[in-house]
Amino acid sequence: MKPASPFLELEGNPKVPVTFDGDVFELPLGANLAAALLAAGVQVFRHTPVSGAPRAPFCMMGACFDCLVEIDGVVRQACMLEVTQGLCVSRPGTGEATDATE
Amino acid sequence: MQQNDLIVIGAGPAGMAAATEATSHGLTVTLLDEQPRAGGQIYRDVDRVADKRGDILGKDFTYGRTLTGGLRASGTTHLTGAMVWSIEDGFRVSFTKDGRAAQITGSHILLATGALERPMPVPGWTLPGVMTAGAGQILLKQSGVLARRAVLVGSGPLLYLIAAQMVRAGTPPMALVETQTRGDMARAMRDIGGAMRGWPYLVKGVRMLATIIRARVPRYVGATDIAIEGRAQAEAVTFNVAGRAKRIACDTVLLHHGVVPNTQAARSLDVPHRWDDGQQCFVPELDTWGGTGVDGLFIAGDGAGIGGAKVAEMAGRIAAIRIAEAVGRLTVQQRDARAAPLLRSRASDNAIRPFLDKAYPAYQPALTPEDATIVCRCEEVTAGDIRRYAGLGCLGPNQTKAFGRPGMGPCQGRYCGLTVTALLAEANAQTPEQTGYYRIRPPLKPVTLGELAMMDTPEPDAAE
Repeated sequence: MKPASPFLELEGNPKVPVTFDGDVFELPLGANLAAALLAAGVQVFRHTPVSGAPRAPFCMMGACFDCLVEIDGVVRQACMLEVTQGLCVSRPGTGEATDATE
Repeated sequence: MQQNDLIVIGAGPAGMAAATEATSHGLTVTLLDEQPRAGGQIYRDVDRVADKRGDILGKDFTYGRTLTGGLRASGTTHLTGAMVWSIEDGFRVSFTKDGRAAQITGSHILLATGALERPMPVPGWTLPGVMTAGAGQILLKQSGVLARRAVLVGSGPLLYLIAAQMVRAGTPPMALVETQTRGDMARAMRDIGGAMRGWPYLVKGVRMLATIIRARVPRYVGATDIAIEGRAQAEAVTFNVAGRAKRIACDTVLLHHGVVPNTQAARSLDVPHRWDDGQQCFVPELDTWGGTGVDGLFIAGDGAGIGGAKVAEMAGRIAAIRIAEAVGRLTVQQRDARAAPLLRSRASDNAIRPFLDKAYPAYQPALTPEDATIVCRCEEVTAGDIRRYAGLGCLGPNQTKAFGRPGMGPCQGRYCGLTVTALLAEANAQTPEQTGYYRIRPPLKPVTLGELAMMDTPEPDAAE
């Protein structure tokens, strides 16, 4: 179920399914991924490696690295990516790719 | 591989104008930018959204289409989504695009990497739901996403701009918590002469304030003791105003107390920087044209010192004209004739800055925060930690890295560098200039081994 979002979206573009940490969200195709996840109600993007504190987008321009997410085993800035069909996103350090024993 | 006459880094107003001007004089120009479409932060995604939200964002935003249109028609090679991570003398620029690294070479470089929000470390600023005002504006500009229950905190024209835009979008902020005082405005009035030269900016400011006041957005001026409450998410802003404690419950906090030059790339090339007391930040030392002490390396736009979008555009063209002369496409006389009107307009557009800097100064408690406040967001180093390092004899920002890793996380000091300098300077009774700044080395942005392994390298004969 879609969580209530503190953010409002002005327009509705065609949406595609995107998985974030196991939950499926319908996000606007081609939208900025960080913005789309915020608008969909995702409040915590990651937890810091130092203290485990929750973090979410802060600068939205690729400078602060607080919106880091993991896609295909690579940790990337959500604010520098666009929503594509079937994108599978997870919080860094929780994705399958970190399991090197397989 | 083709040798460029000019490589421009950054597709904001300075970069777009420079590339367009340079190609008009016959130069071979490549423009590298991290974003998928031209515009920079000020005109972010203007081509896609001007028609949708131009009425909310205003004419100064939709004007950006003039620059993106000029760039498209110019013959510039515009590499989008290109993240530059190294610039070497000569010049060789390394970047990542579409998951693979690549390199290009050029005889001249123009850094048009713009500004960053001045870090505003207040208690709770790392909580989800706390963003820069610039981030709030980017959400609105590019994505049409608005915070439903936001409090805007800090000072400066950008705070009013986003508040006015939120009003026009039908989602006004819950309050403006402003840190400047009436005394600041009184001091600024000494520079009112310069402000009058920049009267269009004053008119714009008055209009923005009128929009905010008409919408009955509560304003608290001269706020102190600002903190953000919340456990897993921002829940409220607390502050004092006129001796009274206030608390405003909210979901989103947008922080802003000015922007500062993004000096990462320039510092990686050893461009000398000086401390600018008026703007409370380091700025690169440049000549009239934007030329640095490094031969062939130029800087234009907010990365050269904060002047705003129009100044950036003119500075970009001025640098491009100088570079066109350097490669023999313009005579010195042609260069000077073409640059003269631009130099005049740039000076006139810059005239309002001393007034603005004094009227909306940085929030002092966020320049040297209290001990418990995190200053390095990446490594979670507090102001108290930095003071402790100073007590142990640590003199410079670079040395702090050995004590506790500030500036060594993925943002590479972008959001703690100025704070660490200020804290050390205060603790050691030195000036920011004496204290200095982090040493910035490539890679300027993280690059993966996979991206490196996929690298397209220049052919050996071209690289030598």
